[in-house]
Amino acid sequence: MTLALDSMPLGKPLRQEASRDDLVKRGFMVVIGLYLIVALGAPLFVMLSKSLSTYRFDLTAFEFQVSDDTGGNWSAPVTAADLNARLNAVADVDLTTNSDGRLAVTKFFPDFKFRSPVHYRLRATGEGASYLVGTQLQKGSDWQDYDSGTFRRIVLRPSRGLGLENFKSYFSTPALARSIYNSILMASISTVITVAVAFALAYALTRSRMPLKGLFRGVLTVPILVPSLLPGIALVYLFGNQGIFQLWLLGHSIYGPIGIVIGSVFFTLPHAFLIILTALSVADARHYEAAASLKSSAWRTFRTVTVPGARYGLVSAAFVVFTLVITDFGLPKVIGGQYGMLAVDIYKQVIGQQNFEMGAVVSVILLVPAVLAFWVDRRMQKRQVALLSARAVPYAPKPNRRFDALCFAFCCLVAVFILGMIAMCQLAALVKFWPYDMTLTTRNFAFDLMDGGGWAAYSNSIKLALLTALFGSLVVFAGAYMVEKADGFRTGRSIFHFLAMMPMAVPGMVLGLAYIFFFNNPANPLHSIYGTMTILVVCTVTHFYTVAHLTALTALKQMDPEFESVAASLKQPFHRLFFRVTVPVCLPAILNIAIYLFVNAMTTVSAVVFLYSTETKLASVAVLNMDDAGDIAPAAAMGMMIFYTNVAAKLIHALIARGLLARTQAWR
Amino acid sequence: MNRRMLCILAGATAALSSTSALAQTQLTVYTAIEAVDLDRYKATFEKAHPDITINWVRDSTGVMTAKLLAEKDNPQADVVWGLAATSLLLLKSEGMLEPYQPKGVEALDKKFVDSDTPPSWVGMDAYVAALCYNTVEGQKLGLTAPTSWADLTKPEYKGHIVMPNPNSSGTGFLDVSGWMQMFGEQKAWDYMDKLHENIAAYTHSGSKPCKMAGAGETVIGVSFEFPGAKAKTAGAPIDILFPSEGSGWEAEATAIIAGSANMDAAKTLVDWSVTKEANEMYNAGYAVVAYPGVAKAVEHLPTDLPSKMIKNDFEWAANNRNAILKEWQKRYDAKSEPKT
Repeated sequence: MTLALDSMPLGKPLRQEASRDDLVKRGFMVVIGLYLIVALGAPLFVMLSKSLSTYRFDLTAFEFQVSDDTGGNWSAPVTAADLNARLNAVADVDLTTNSDGRLAVTKFFPDFKFRSPVHYRLRATGEGASYLVGTQLQKGSDWQDYDSGTFRRIVLRPSRGLGLENFKSYFSTPALARSIYNSILMASISTVITVAVAFALAYALTRSRMPLKGLFRGVLTVPILVPSLLPGIALVYLFGNQGIFQLWLLGHSIYGPIGIVIGSVFFTLPHAFLIILTALSVADARHYEAAASLKSSAWRTFRTVTVPGARYGLVSAAFVVFTLVITDFGLPKVIGGQYGMLAVDIYKQVIGQQNFEMGAVVSVILLVPAVLAFWVDRRMQKRQVALLSARAVPYAPKPNRRFDALCFAFCCLVAVFILGMIAMCQLAALVKFWPYDMTLTTRNFAFDLMDGGGWAAYSNSIKLALLTALFGSLVVFAGAYMVEKADGFRTGRSIFHFLAMMPMAVPGMVLGLAYIFFFNNPANPLHSIYGTMTILVVCTVTHFYTVAHLTALTALKQMDPEFESVAASLKQPFHRLFFRVTVPVCLPAILNIAIYLFVNAMTTVSAVVFLYSTETKLASVAVLNMDDAGDIAPAAAMGMMIFYTNVAAKLIHALIARGLLARTQAWR
Repeated sequence: MNRRMLCILAGATAALSSTSALAQTQLTVYTAIEAVDLDRYKATFEKAHPDITINWVRDSTGVMTAKLLAEKDNPQADVVWGLAATSLLLLKSEGMLEPYQPKGVEALDKKFVDSDTPPSWVGMDAYVAALCYNTVEGQKLGLTAPTSWADLTKPEYKGHIVMPNPNSSGTGFLDVSGWMQMFGEQKAWDYMDKLHENIAAYTHSGSKPCKMAGAGETVIGVSFEFPGAKAKTAGAPIDILFPSEGSGWEAEATAIIAGSANMDAAKTLVDWSVTKEANEMYNAGYAVVAYPGVAKAVEHLPTDLPSKMIKNDFEWAANNRNAILKEWQKRYDAKSEPKT
């Protein structure tokens, strides 16, 4: 990937040589770069190699001898491979298996009878070759003697190798390969709907003079505050077989594509809405005046002025939504029913069948569309040119009663959809036994009596969110500062920027699985953080790094590079400038990064679902586990606790921001 | 620092560490037992053996098994107490379990003990396949309650049955392996082909079908008896049915992880886990326990539950699991598109 940095105008002329300050800055950049390599690059690499780790029955490694009817007079040793060549008992494709593969030895002895006096001898000659007597593991090249009754119970175990067989067997399993199609289909449908709705909303908010714009802006971002599982749970109560509006589905089941699409639209809407809103806010009134003076129709103006102006926003929103849907795990797990999706397949392979290799294969496949979408988006972004020139006149919509009413009605409709889902969860969390006993109770909040981790999980989540917000904003902001404000060292900065952009394209599930492979290796010096809060913080910061990095970068770009020059000419060390000027000026952005990380750490499921331990259970994972065990009402209750916590965090953030900004941003 | 100081320091550290080792052994115990039972089991054991402290690591069966296998080269657990025997057999086939003959194991029902001597795992209690039938929804739809596995293939139940997916749930696998052992392999596949036509959804968890039946999301949930009894106590309008052909079952069991640094304490725990006292403790939730004659009736469950359990060949199930799951996935996952 080439980088945005290359296209930046060349800055000041070269200085003579790097100052001490620059060396310190580079040092910092290397440290944070190393962090990204350890927390992202290396685990992904280990996971890729895991997907190539194969299991195959090595028939040449097993030798047999057979006695006559007296139990003596052993035949000449013969390998299983020779026997198979003669008998064709096992087809070559069936020799490829997974880590739990077992092959009964009697397959190589067509005239085997289990009550005969014939004895058998067996040894494993190859390194790593082993077999099971019943369930007892046997290794080694010493001959072992078995009577026929025991021989019947012997199965061979596969040896480990390296190759592409896992991918072959993935694509030859229709159920698995179908998930690719399903995932892409669901992501595409959801993207079209979400972007259309988000565009209409953003259009209403920027081009009409309808009332309550501020309120709608708030309501439309509410879904960001809840885990993606929650819309799934709400949909079960609304449209499930005992749902309030079950009849609206005309006999269709909510479990499956319908539920996935509705839920996906719910949880991706704020992301698309905010991006498109930004794109539409930047409008030049002169274009509209020109259109009006040319007597162009409203539709033509819309087509030739509004849409082209927002096209990069639209494309960006589309890719964000597509990536979010295809990588999301919580929603299809709850509401997907039998509809196979890639992210759920990873979970099924790893947790259901303990088939780590196949889990890694699905992860690699899940990386492809996400990376592709990311790459196309970056290409498009580079072509974006400044719309708003210095001479632009901000667009101010004129009142139009009918149009304003229409916009207002549409926004109300969407707001009702969003708030309705949340309200449904709150109601479900308070009902004793839906639908047979509708009395209200707080029993569902007694989390300690359920699977999932109890109230401890809730406080763990808050701890994780606080730590992530604190360390995340520190690391991200410092990293972005080094990229933006360090002089020279262009290659290093480019590599760093590339690393910082990568997490966006890595699905959380994939990151989590990669962390198991990487950190749970006793040879890894960082092994000790496995199962601790530290690994959860590292994982969460890394998972949400990109958006935070971009926020910091945008804020830093607004600062004139003259500050650095002035500080240098006054012989001020960079850290003084950093703490006295840069940080205070960028404080709004830093606070935004912190709240972004906090909210996401509260709601994330996909990355941490493989990484939590008994002491570090999380509320979002508890929602998943309680729903999984069928305790849907407590799951909804815990989901609502996450929601309220995030609302409180948002309010506190707003208060702090207001207080601090009054002090530090007076210059604005 | 002079040499005398060093000596004193070294002596002090040694004394400190040895006294704490004498006083308390910390056992890391992995488990999948119900969250509500954790404190009770720990308290009861520690009362009998105050010198040992249990540190629980608990999760669902699938996660726990995956975790143990992932840690194969560097095990973190001393003992596994309360995990499906099928999962323990997976660990055994990887050579991860320490064979040990617990004192008093002879008193246990044979089917609850690993067939090898010394055994690698010993059972605690059983969970038994059962049907949860929602009487209210059944009546609304004019259905009659099924009495056998064969009944489930009747056309009237089409779209009203939920069962766990054997590829993601241990309970799902115990159903499938139970049918194979009762009906024979070929007949079991024929049966499942027909059953598949009636299934509304395959879930990822074994207790969920029963809870779904309890909430009226489905009429019949193929599950096991424990969540059934729990849902009924909570007020769900369900009947817990045991099919006439018999029920597959799974043992919850105990094992020592090979290479444990606390082998003596681990053996003490496993010795205690087979005692009558321990089995009485298991009986609070489970109607069938490994120690004969201990079990008292559990609310909402029949007293003759043991007679409904089939003769379960754990070894056969473990050695055929991979092939069965593969075939199951080929047959039913591929066409398990949403039913509209």
